[in-house]
Amino acid sequence: MNPKLSNRVAITVLYVIASTIVVILAALLGYIIISGLPALSWHFLTSPARAFTSGGGIGIQLFNSFYLLILTMLISFPIALGAGIYLNEYAKQNWVTSLVRTSIEILSSLPSVVVGLFGFLIFVVQFGFGFSILSGAFALTFFNLPLLTRSIEEALAAVPDEQREGGLALGLSKWETVLHVIVPAALPTILTGVILSAGRIFGEAAALIFTAGQSAPALNFTDWNPFNISSPLNPMRPAETLAVHIWKINSEGIMPDAKAISSGASAVLVISVLGFNLLARFVGHRLFKRLTAG
Amino acid sequence: MLINPSSPHSDDGWLARNIVDPSLKDSAPIVLETKQLHVYYGDNEAIHEGDLKFPEHRISALIGPSGSGKSTYLRSLNRMNDGVARVTGEILYRGVDVNRPEIDVYEMRRRIGMVFQRPNPFSKSIYDNITFALKRRGVTDKQTLDEAVETSLKQAALWDEVKDQLKKSALALSGGQQQRLCIARALAVKPDILLLDEPASALDPVSTSKLEETLLQLKNDYTIIIVTHNMQQAARISDYTAFFNMGRVLEYDETSQIFTSPQVQLTNNYVAGDFG
Repeated sequence: MNPKLSNRVAITVLYVIASTIVVILAALLGYIIISGLPALSWHFLTSPARAFTSGGGIGIQLFNSFYLLILTMLISFPIALGAGIYLNEYAKQNWVTSLVRTSIEILSSLPSVVVGLFGFLIFVVQFGFGFSILSGAFALTFFNLPLLTRSIEEALAAVPDEQREGGLALGLSKWETVLHVIVPAALPTILTGVILSAGRIFGEAAALIFTAGQSAPALNFTDWNPFNISSPLNPMRPAETLAVHIWKINSEGIMPDAKAISSGASAVLVISVLGFNLLARFVGHRLFKRLTAG
Repeated sequence: MLINPSSPHSDDGWLARNIVDPSLKDSAPIVLETKQLHVYYGDNEAIHEGDLKFPEHRISALIGPSGSGKSTYLRSLNRMNDGVARVTGEILYRGVDVNRPEIDVYEMRRRIGMVFQRPNPFSKSIYDNITFALKRRGVTDKQTLDEAVETSLKQAALWDEVKDQLKKSALALSGGQQQRLCIARALAVKPDILLLDEPASALDPVSTSKLEETLLQLKNDYTIIIVTHNMQQAARISDYTAFFNMGRVLEYDETSQIFTSPQVQLTNNYVAGDFG
């Protein structure tokens, strides 16, 4: 085979592989969205689920998913930011940091169901948080921390060393330089990582079944006192999320319109995750443009 | 003298140190002086005994082939090599040895500013780039900050080009403008000495000549030490030139002397373009 021909063959093969991926994704998304679209309505998105009769919605589950996401981010972002800064800016290359890095890698490859069972034993049983949003948020933190740490570390590593030297040469301390020069410069990339991991958290089910629970008690959306049991903000209440709801309907749903609800909920989930991805690109791009020109 | 017997270049007899002390002919006081300066990367000695004196309000150029240690030497002066390399010896800044652990290195770096090879403005606005260090030092008065921006941009000859777009991101400027912004940023904290590490190597000829004009202006108020691998540049702007080779200062003299009648053969070969 001459070089020209072999090149053509290689390009063709790569094109086929690439387009296969696109086709699979498009087919999957298309199917889920098209089959779920008919079920979508304002009523469906806002009303509570019904166990035995048709006409239920996913309002509480949708709220739970977002609330859990926000709580998880509140817990995991500061830790991941600190760990990322330490690993990239301060840590020397020795056995301690390589141990930390290996731990992060192993943690990120743990199956989410294992994380869920671990969370169940620790937070639900041992700490006595019960099936609650808080237990779920901690379990998801375990799940989220490795990837978020890694993405923050990589975002910081992408900032050129000249920026660090620039800060130091002005008589700033290393910490001032990191906090006021490096982190802001890495912000677009960090934010993209955060939003992408938000998408993963939003769609997670296995880790939540044993921690945040599978029930969605009725909420009183006029009561915003987090200490009241029926308040949406109460972190100690059990909270079935959208992804868990889909799993539950498909495994033991007995309402007559189970299939429609499952399709509708799946469409909402997929659209939300897709939204996170697009948002990540948009925000990252906008921030980058604002920082580089403007 | 520290001789590394394993190195074939350690001390060939003819590398006689021929350091002409410029202060002898120059009435300007010595602002910065190094004595017995050695720099080690691990076991590798990068600078063997760098002894130089820099007179006030002069431009001193450090020239020499790649790997000769001129940048390493420069970066040791404001202790940018802390944590990277081990630096022994004295660095006397107006008589005070700043190469001691108890010296406030942050304060020292404010007095001895630095501009780097590649322009490194922060991803902030032009205004914020210049006021950043001042704000970190606790300056909050808007008028003081505004004045600092205007003064330092004028000193760096950038004011006329950017005065209407101070809120614009510094990264949107051209390479030459970015480098002058970095100079302005260094000037904003009112340094005494300005160290420049090949500041024009990433710039086009027009930007370079503009930068050189700027430096000649700055000479009236600052002591400038510049590393350059461009010999014409050293000849054009500097008053004194030190020739570095293999981690040693082979010759240090008035620039005209170095370029017309160098005392050391190797210097002659280098400035004549025979190697480098």
